[in-house]
Amino acid sequence: MSIDKIWVLAEVADGKPITTSLELISHARSLAGTVEAVAYGDATGAIAGTLGEYGATSVHDVGDLGGALPGVPVAAAIAAAVEAGNGPDAILFPATYDGRDIAGRLSAKLDRPVLTNVVGLTAADGGLTTQHAIFGGAQIASARFTGEGPGIFVIRAKSFPAEASGGGPAEVVAAPAPDTGATNAARIVARHVEERTGPKLDEADVVVSGGRGLGEKDQYALIEELATLLHGAAGASRAIVDAGWVPYSHQVGQTGKTVKPTVYLACGISGATQHLVGMKNSKNIVAINKDQDAPIFSVADLGVVGDVHKVLPKLIEALKARS
Amino acid sequence: MNVVVCVKQIPDPAAPPALDPGTKNLERSGKLILDDSDAYGVEMALQLVDTAGGGEVTLVSMAPNGETSGLRTALAMGAAKAILISDDALAGTDALGTAKVLAAAIKRAEPNLILAATESSDGYTGTTPVQIAELLGLPSVTFAKKVEITGDSVKVERQTEAGYDEVESPLPAVVTVTAGVVEPRYPSFKGIMAAKSKPVETLTAADLGIDASQVGAAGARQEITDVAAAEARASGEVVVDEGDAHERVIQFLEQLKVL
Repeated sequence: MSIDKIWVLAEVADGKPITTSLELISHARSLAGTVEAVAYGDATGAIAGTLGEYGATSVHDVGDLGGALPGVPVAAAIAAAVEAGNGPDAILFPATYDGRDIAGRLSAKLDRPVLTNVVGLTAADGGLTTQHAIFGGAQIASARFTGEGPGIFVIRAKSFPAEASGGGPAEVVAAPAPDTGATNAARIVARHVEERTGPKLDEADVVVSGGRGLGEKDQYALIEELATLLHGAAGASRAIVDAGWVPYSHQVGQTGKTVKPTVYLACGISGATQHLVGMKNSKNIVAINKDQDAPIFSVADLGVVGDVHKVLPKLIEALKARS
Repeated sequence: MNVVVCVKQIPDPAAPPALDPGTKNLERSGKLILDDSDAYGVEMALQLVDTAGGGEVTLVSMAPNGETSGLRTALAMGAAKAILISDDALAGTDALGTAKVLAAAIKRAEPNLILAATESSDGYTGTTPVQIAELLGLPSVTFAKKVEITGDSVKVERQTEAGYDEVESPLPAVVTVTAGVVEPRYPSFKGIMAAKSKPVETLTAADLGIDASQVGAAGARQEITDVAAAEARASGEVVVDEGDAHERVIQFLEQLKVL
């Protein structure tokens, strides 16, 4: 099997394709001669323009989903194209809530396996080989499909750079979803946007994260204050998200966001595998933890063995004095 | 209100993980425990059945060597019974193969609702629940942070990048719950004792009418070709706080021109 054509799911948020989809389109150009996008909701105008600029020659537009969750209808639309013989050799999905849903549905529909948590994708022996960070990123496993295509891949954010190729707008091709009946019965009845001040967690230059070492929920205010002073975003370990101290949207790690800021400050975080996967590629890491044997120190450029309840207030005080 | 909860029994996360040197699959031959992530689904199911005023919670799990210790934990929490699929032919089964096996077992239980975690804590594939939904022809709502049953439908607050969506789906449906959606109860002594005599039906793939070529390593159609050490990140300077460590942090941030 050779890889000639790759499709990339172009998820759209705030009227633009998400960065991870642009990263996947950029990387797909190095793997296949033809790169096309799949989109839903609205794939016309500026969106088709951006997708083209990053290298997609066309965009298969599933169209308005009528309030349905994307998983069922978008997987059905892609499956219909594959079954009609117009499908690609590989389909790349961003590891987002909806990307994972669509990939899973498509896998069952086409009876093809799916490789998730991909952090690298290379061409080898006429096919594609994936890389996966395992055991907290200490080891890299490589994998490949052995059966018939198309290969279905779910790829983590920031695995590749997004680089525009200067192409013209992608040609919009209608790819309506076939009727999937009662399977497609889940409906979004209302959307809620949580208020956020400062930069997005996965785009911020500085990320300040807190963990169990903060001791109690109220102490997370220290993390938020420090993040604000550094014009950064506030993150969290899974432990304190599970404990209900902060919303899931703050979670950094395997199950949460992948971040690569200029500086990552881990405060009261021990550095469980789950957490390291989401932040160990930060350009610089500062860790503050009272346990000198905490695994977080093995990835820190600057480690402070100390109590976050003592160090953070002084740090905040000193930063306030400068401004 | 009958609820099936898909649960996974995994190697204790506190022990260092290992790969089978031959297959390079995760080593799962030792003692297994209930995946922490599944305790939330079990608790949610117990609460929903309680609110509905009737029905029961059935666990469905696939594990090697007839392993039941994780299932006993969930039974001790209050689940009524369990279906365990354990079969040497299932070794090396991938996510889609697992979904086929679990879907066939779930069908037998005829539930109104199927709950699962968003992903397991050992493999993190995260696609099995929607694959089950597709195989059963059911709607699914993933990443639920709140679940409510009203009559014949389920209302879910689904986590999104920007906040959350309110989603409604008719039953039966598959719903995956995030950790923290509810506070899992600790099994009581009475619960632990009662769990010992609760029914666990053990089935093979053949019992479910599943062809051996669809599952196991042969049915996986994917292989791990290599495992290598990642480029290690050198650890840097470590200072012990003696009341002035914040100054070193500020200096470091200045060097990086963040300040």
